[in-house]
Amino acid sequence: MKKDRLISILFILPSIILIAIFVYFFIGWTSWVSLVNWKDIFPDFTFVGLRNYARLFQNYRFTISLKNTIVFTALFLVASITLGLLLAILLDRKVRFEGFFRTIYLFPMAVSFVVTGVVWRWILNPGPGGESVGINLLFEKIGLSFLKSGWYTDPKIGIKAVVIAAVWQMSGYVMAMYLAGIRGIPSELYEAAQLDGASTMQVYRHIVLPLLRPITLGAIIILGHISLKIFDLVFAMTGSGIGFSCDVPALFMYDTTFRGNYFSQGAAVAMILLLSVAALIVPYLIYSMRAEVRR
Amino acid sequence: MWRKLVLLITMALTVISLAAKVEIFSWWTAGGEAEGLQELFNIFSKLNPGVEIINATVAGGAGAQAKAVLKTRMLGGDPPDTFQVHAGHELIDTWVKMGFMESITFLYKEEGWDKVMPNGILDIVSYNGELWSVPVNIHRANVLWYNKAILDKYGLKAPTNFEEFFKVADTLKSHGIIPLALGSKDGWEAAHAFETVLIGKLGADGYRGLWTGKTKWSDPRVTEALETFAKMLTYVNPDHAAHTWDEACALLVEGKAAMNIMGDWAVGYFYAKNFKDFGWTLAPGNAGIFDALSDSFGLPKGAKNRDTVIAFLKVLGSKEGQTAFNIKKGSIPARTDVDKSLFPEYQRSAMDDWLKHEIVPSVMHGAAASEGWVTEFKDVISLFIARPDVKVTQKALVNIAIGQGVAQ
Repeated sequence: MKKDRLISILFILPSIILIAIFVYFFIGWTSWVSLVNWKDIFPDFTFVGLRNYARLFQNYRFTISLKNTIVFTALFLVASITLGLLLAILLDRKVRFEGFFRTIYLFPMAVSFVVTGVVWRWILNPGPGGESVGINLLFEKIGLSFLKSGWYTDPKIGIKAVVIAAVWQMSGYVMAMYLAGIRGIPSELYEAAQLDGASTMQVYRHIVLPLLRPITLGAIIILGHISLKIFDLVFAMTGSGIGFSCDVPALFMYDTTFRGNYFSQGAAVAMILLLSVAALIVPYLIYSMRAEVRR
Repeated sequence: MWRKLVLLITMALTVISLAAKVEIFSWWTAGGEAEGLQELFNIFSKLNPGVEIINATVAGGAGAQAKAVLKTRMLGGDPPDTFQVHAGHELIDTWVKMGFMESITFLYKEEGWDKVMPNGILDIVSYNGELWSVPVNIHRANVLWYNKAILDKYGLKAPTNFEEFFKVADTLKSHGIIPLALGSKDGWEAAHAFETVLIGKLGADGYRGLWTGKTKWSDPRVTEALETFAKMLTYVNPDHAAHTWDEACALLVEGKAAMNIMGDWAVGYFYAKNFKDFGWTLAPGNAGIFDALSDSFGLPKGAKNRDTVIAFLKVLGSKEGQTAFNIKKGSIPARTDVDKSLFPEYQRSAMDDWLKHEIVPSVMHGAAASEGWVTEFKDVISLFIARPDVKVTQKALVNIAIGQGVAQ
């Protein structure tokens, strides 16, 4: 027994050491850097307390990018979850060629965010000087010219155009989660409901949706942490955009660290991103651990 | 059978690792730039046969992405053998002052470069009486490019001051042509254009003073520059946020836009697209001023192939290397003793101006101020093109200067 235990510890030791160094040590290092005065290529470890954070919240670019992230996360979560649920319910209605449609909806997820970003940059490009290209051209041809817009080049839309691309990519994944969830509901429950004379709407309202709650929570966690720290999609698709209308904290972090050499400020942004993701994930971890104990 | 194969592979790997190498780091990946770099490699290979060249490039205008990669490599103790860096504050403040570079004054003495390059350029690669990098080229940032056919069609002359610029722009606009092409996707292009407006309004001394504290950012001429720039922005293509600088040049090539303010690397782009019908003049109000930047290569401490890279630096500074590179790149040699007649028309005119005009350092391209200042300057102007609030922007510019320790 004791020997078994020793061996098992030996087996996981390498990964524990690597994670300890490359994840936790660097989190600690970053939080230390965020408290010092490193603003040149050469490190300066004079302790300045929370000054970098205070400055950050006065920085117009950071405040704009923070607002953008909130808008982006809210829209992205609502749209992906609604669309994913809708697709899952449709597919669950035993449509023909289900496998075919399922694959089509799921495919965008297999593409990297960079590819998605470049493609949507072209699709949503309003075209130079009045002449339409991409999706605007499509709208023009099918007589929906009033839908034409500047998309991400319009500061009023900005980050919301990026939401379209993100939803395109991730809603199929949410659909797969929901579909698995729906298929996992025991058929007795449906039968019992039907015996009681419940309509289809009532079945969904009172049986399916409540039983899918853990999946919704899982989707919120997964999509939420992607969207809070999003970088690659925005970087490839729009950059920080006109007047920073597409800017997100991760882009600002990259710019200020590697262009401006303000390493401490970049570290402070990283810490804020970490805290915001933690605020989302830690309650979930506690909740699922408790559920495990109960079981 | 397997054993033989393994042996063979091991031997092959040994041979490869024994062969001399040199790693050149740059952001020259597009059109004329990449061709120019290849010319340098060809000359180097002829002189140093058998040396393998590792062409480490990272794409992206003005080197935005390349610089990030370079910094992680330098800080991580893995410097390339030599790397592209803008001469001036970017070279001195970021790398030399921090002790990352080895002085190459000995190369200047050996090759006699200090006698064939003008003081304007030697000054910005010097620090503490030593020389730190080899300038390969000189670029001019304050050029207004135009599509000749379009201006001819409407009987217009290229503008030389702001008043003429707005008159020409109005005419073009009334004919449905985009007067001024702009790409602002990478964030620096608008700041680049604004830099020329600052020069136009403040003149050479006034502009230079902005970076040393002699001119205050609260100066009414800065206000005027911001107001003028805001007005110019009403004449640009509405989708500028979707385009990079070369895509903005493409609008000129396609005849959709008439003018474009961009550095003379645009020439390399026009040549690469086989577009001959372009004309040039100086940005409005910039007469007699040469807004300069220079790409240079230095010798980082700890370069793995020090001897081979010194041989490469010699090619960079040589007459032959500078001629071959700059013809393709669209820039002019830093040396003043090359044969002008080998160059196309634009470069010949720039070479004349280089000797005649007053030289000012470009800010957006690292010559005039530290990288931190440049980044903040770029961000403020990026915001300005969306929200042209002159008062707020000028205050932000004043605050940045104070943050950089320049008294206001």
